[in-house]
Amino acid sequence: MLRNVSLQVPAGSTLAVLGRNGAGKSTLLRILATLLRPHAGEVLVFGEALPRRGFAVRGRLGLLAHDPLLYRDLSGRENLSYHARLHGVGPERVQEVLDVVGMRERADEPVRLLSRGLVQRLAVCRTVLHAPSLLLLDEPLANLDPAATELVGPLIGRDCGATRVLTSHDPQAALAEADIVLGLEDGRTAFVTSPDNVDPVAVKRLYA
Amino acid sequence: MTTYGRGLRGLSLAAAATITVALSLVFFYAPLDADQGFIQKIFYIHVPLAITALCGFVFGGVLGAIYLRTGERKWDIRSYVAIHMALIFGVGTLLTGTIWAKASWGHWWVWSDPTLTSFLIVMLLFATYQPLRFSIEDPERQSRYASVFAVVAGAFVPLNFIAVRAAQQYVHPRVLTLTGGNLPGSMRLTFLVSLIGIALLYVTLWKYEMAAKSTRMQVRALRRALLGEDSVTPLKRSAAPS
Amino acid sequence: MKTVLTVLRKDLLLELRGFETLPAMVLFAIVTFVIFHFGLNQDTIDGQLAAGVLTVTLLFAAMLGINRLFVAEREQGGFDAFLLAPVDRSALLVAKATALFLFLVVLEVIAVPAFGLLLLGPSLGHALPGLIAVLALGDVALAVIGTLVSAIAVQTRARDLIGPIIGLPLLLPALIGMARGAGPLLAAHGSSSPPGRWVAILALYDVVFALLSYAVFDFLLED
Repeated sequence: MLRNVSLQVPAGSTLAVLGRNGAGKSTLLRILATLLRPHAGEVLVFGEALPRRGFAVRGRLGLLAHDPLLYRDLSGRENLSYHARLHGVGPERVQEVLDVVGMRERADEPVRLLSRGLVQRLAVCRTVLHAPSLLLLDEPLANLDPAATELVGPLIGRDCGATRVLTSHDPQAALAEADIVLGLEDGRTAFVTSPDNVDPVAVKRLYA
Repeated sequence: MTTYGRGLRGLSLAAAATITVALSLVFFYAPLDADQGFIQKIFYIHVPLAITALCGFVFGGVLGAIYLRTGERKWDIRSYVAIHMALIFGVGTLLTGTIWAKASWGHWWVWSDPTLTSFLIVMLLFATYQPLRFSIEDPERQSRYASVFAVVAGAFVPLNFIAVRAAQQYVHPRVLTLTGGNLPGSMRLTFLVSLIGIALLYVTLWKYEMAAKSTRMQVRALRRALLGEDSVTPLKRSAAPS
Repeated sequence: MKTVLTVLRKDLLLELRGFETLPAMVLFAIVTFVIFHFGLNQDTIDGQLAAGVLTVTLLFAAMLGINRLFVAEREQGGFDAFLLAPVDRSALLVAKATALFLFLVVLEVIAVPAFGLLLLGPSLGHALPGLIAVLALGDVALAVIGTLVSAIAVQTRARDLIGPIIGLPLLLPALIGMARGAGPLLAAHGSSSPPGRWVAILALYDVVFALLSYAVFDFLLED
């Protein structure tokens, strides 16, 4: 349940959302992804009002959440091809992203045989397949070792070019990447500032 | 918020009056049937109940469609009450139907009758409405899914009757044929009055229930506004939209 | 249209990989024929009785498929994946219904000859085209209603139960149509074309419910 969360995120910048489990971070991301309908208030993504204009923005955003959204009996390549077709993207792009994350050799194994780290890499591929301008990243680096983290950098990292909304269990890491910081506590805004003005005490309280 | 209570007294009186008139006609005016005797008079209750129940189901479907269109909660409540009332009238139809069946044909249930069979199928379908609602916890989704069901099931009613009628020879006395009815004058009058009475009863009960629900919601909203969030006990999970 | 093919291809691929649902449906049908043999205590059956047995068996085998139709979506995030794509959402209904229809066709290709072998008295030869027509129309009904009901059921708590109890009454007119349409075809000196009335009713049912389901399906997918 989210209440009275109000802010604006300029294009190309990164919003970090901090808060405990259950504070509402995932809910916020799902509303922005057009998967949840807000009961009141205004949500504008790319200037389009949700939920009414959801169909206009869907193709331009990518969601990376706890569920990788991959079918376990299909291979990574088959999964990505499915998503590519749904988004009207060609097969070369599938190969391209697989190469970037270093999954070329194991792309044809069923997903259920892959470790969580590899599944997460595939999930990142899925998210950026259609080159979205808005990335909604719910703990994107979960299960990734440092090598993998580096590999996914160009796709979802600070310099990827897209506007990003990201959440993280590690507030310091999130703050390092953010242009704006939103703190959520029990579904309400605790604070909205730039990373330089963040009060460490307030952050500690959020996670207390 | 619409007040359903307005006009309720007038409506109740009208319904009560019409039914009283209908009953007196049934007992004193309508002729005694040569073959079936007195028990035939149950027809004046049974058929109007059946017609009202079926119309109620279709009405519920229409209200559900409006909910899907507009997203306003009140239409879902109206749809729920319509279907729920129609179910009650439907049970009444089945009960009066079996009594009549036993009395005039000697069996409690007759498969060879398409009308009875169709009606049973419709009732079996709508009996799933409340379990369906109950099994969905999220209220908005509950309303949405229930409305989808109401629309599909409402469309099903006429189709079902066509199919079953085609399937069987009929034993059920056909009183309302396409030529407008083969009832003699006195029976026709009694039937009509009875039909109007039962239809009025349905509408009255619908309004009553809507008024009760609407009032309850308004009281809760007022309490919440005046006394704060905690004064209102949260509603248990239920099949009814609140 | 492209979306429908994409989803359909994915579903067929999944079934090929998993290969659980279709074999279960076929096995179930054949076992049911055996049960009927013992239950009815007859070596062969024909006419309306045979049509009834065939219809009921196909229906219950179909229920197995219907219950599983959206399970992968629900459990592996397939709904979200689809909802995030800039596609027409009713395409999911068409794709799933087509997949179910194809499963039913494969089921019948195996089960009907098995039925002819195990239970049916008269030979199937002359009745086959008519029977195919009746079963095809019936399959459309099963596919459309099955998909609709499965989509409703997968989001409720009593998942496996809600599907059949809503679906079976809804399917009754179509089932009556299938059984009554096939009855004369399976009789000892039966006709080779199904009674027109029943074909008409089945067709009417299919058209009405296909259109209706298409119209309401969107509402089931929103969150």
